[in-house]
Amino acid sequence: MSTDRAVVTVMGRDRVGIVAGISGELAEVNANILDLASTKMGDLFVMTILIDISEMGVSLAELKERLQRRGEALGVQAMVQHEDVFRYMHRI
Amino acid sequence: MFSKEEIIETIRMILVEHLNVRAVTLGISLLDCVSDDFDTMRDRIERKISEVAEGFVEEAKAVEGKYGIPIVNKRIAVTPASALLGPAIRGIPDEGAIELAVGLARAFEEGARRVGVDFIGGYGALVQKGCTRADSILMRSIPKALSSTERVCSCVNIASTKAGINVDAARAMGEIVLETARATADRNGIGCCKLAAFANAPEDNPFMAGAYHGLGEPESVINVGISGPAVIRAAVEQSRGEDFRVLAERIKRTAFKITRVGELVGREMAKRLGVRFGIVDLSLAPTPEAGESIADIIEAMGIESCGAPGSTAALALLTDAVKKGGAMATSFVGGLSGAFIPVSEDAGMRDALGAGSLSLEKLEAMTSVCSVGLDMIAIPGDTPPETISAIIMDGMAIGVVNDKPIGVRLIPVPGKGAGEVVEFGGLFGSAIVMPVSRFSSSGFVERGGQIPPPISSLRG
Repeated sequence: MSTDRAVVTVMGRDRVGIVAGISGELAEVNANILDLASTKMGDLFVMTILIDISEMGVSLAELKERLQRRGEALGVQAMVQHEDVFRYMHRI
Repeated sequence: MFSKEEIIETIRMILVEHLNVRAVTLGISLLDCVSDDFDTMRDRIERKISEVAEGFVEEAKAVEGKYGIPIVNKRIAVTPASALLGPAIRGIPDEGAIELAVGLARAFEEGARRVGVDFIGGYGALVQKGCTRADSILMRSIPKALSSTERVCSCVNIASTKAGINVDAARAMGEIVLETARATADRNGIGCCKLAAFANAPEDNPFMAGAYHGLGEPESVINVGISGPAVIRAAVEQSRGEDFRVLAERIKRTAFKITRVGELVGREMAKRLGVRFGIVDLSLAPTPEAGESIADIIEAMGIESCGAPGSTAALALLTDAVKKGGAMATSFVGGLSGAFIPVSEDAGMRDALGAGSLSLEKLEAMTSVCSVGLDMIAIPGDTPPETISAIIMDGMAIGVVNDKPIGVRLIPVPGKGAGEVVEFGGLFGSAIVMPVSRFSSSGFVERGGQIPPPISSLRG
């Protein structure tokens, strides 16, 4: 069973505007945020976001490029992967 | 939702430990291309490969993007060439028939070029019990075929547990390997990087040079080869000071996760191409990249340098744990499924060779507990053909008696002697030429005939 959800992962040095920047990008492409968690691992800021991509206005490949660009502007690494890769690896 | 630990574990495997899918191989049957008119067959083959594999590389790239998992190699495996050749060479004298066989290799090359894949496997024959005329012609054509193409790989199955070892074929392979090296002498004998002798060659092996699309396979199929030596090594390093029960368990759990990625990618690729998903090959495949090494895993277990006493036991534990973890993660296991120890393609193996801890004899011992056998081993260019044949026979014996696949891929590097360094480039890496025994095996090899199958083959 495949789903229409993807996981956005953001990692980098903490600063003002990361959550706003990334969630703004998601809003622009109509990707609904289903769950969001953030944490600090030492100096590293890590955020994981589960999004619904069924109503998204762009392809996953395009969202990936947009997040990469926005991440670079924010000084963080942002990536998106279909949820299945985590489901396959961590759930039986 | 997944826990952040789970997500970070996956991301770490991809970004830090270079988790990837090593090979997605599209198997294509060419049986319906056979014709007694060679030109007709060639055209059919070129057309069929480009039709079935149309969009293969593009879809693989899309799958990489969707899951964020790199697919390193996109390849094609086809029906063994000797099964196609017969009708087209009937009545044609040997020299002309050999030229037609080379033409078949060029047709494979052209098909692969059109769809943008780097390797196409299947230019081979299955001769474990004897040769048809087409088999003999094809084998004789290998040196020219591999020196006049870039992408074509050749695998000749010369032994099986059921049939024993075809010593005539092993004897011929010694000459063929040397001739192939000489025909590509300007590039250190690189033709031999694309040539393997096999025992019990699996019909669904996704890895080169042994990949071919077996006669028992469907029209077309997707087979997947996983990877992940650096992920396993990280798991082994975490278990420093723990005993082997804990170590084996850690490797199993990690292998499960790696294999799941292969399963996911395979299912998605098959769906997109509209072909059946075949198998996942549970082999840990190294690359010349730093960290992507089986030798490093063995050393992380506590061996100072790969090849030192204990290396065979370490490899046995690794292979078994990878299989146990992987078997749970995929619906169908196939291919070679074991650890690969290709010397030139594994930076740690090369270092071990340089350090003097690894010898051909130790490698041979290690092949008895993994799958791929004596793989990518550079030997002196003046090694006698009988010695090459005898090394091949030793490998075959291990495969036949242990009822497992095994391949032998030796590169007698023209003009180079033991200890010299040779560059093959790309995935083939670089190698230090290994010394081989100076004692002759010619009286043994020249007996010819067939070594009978072992008593253990009389089962059921």
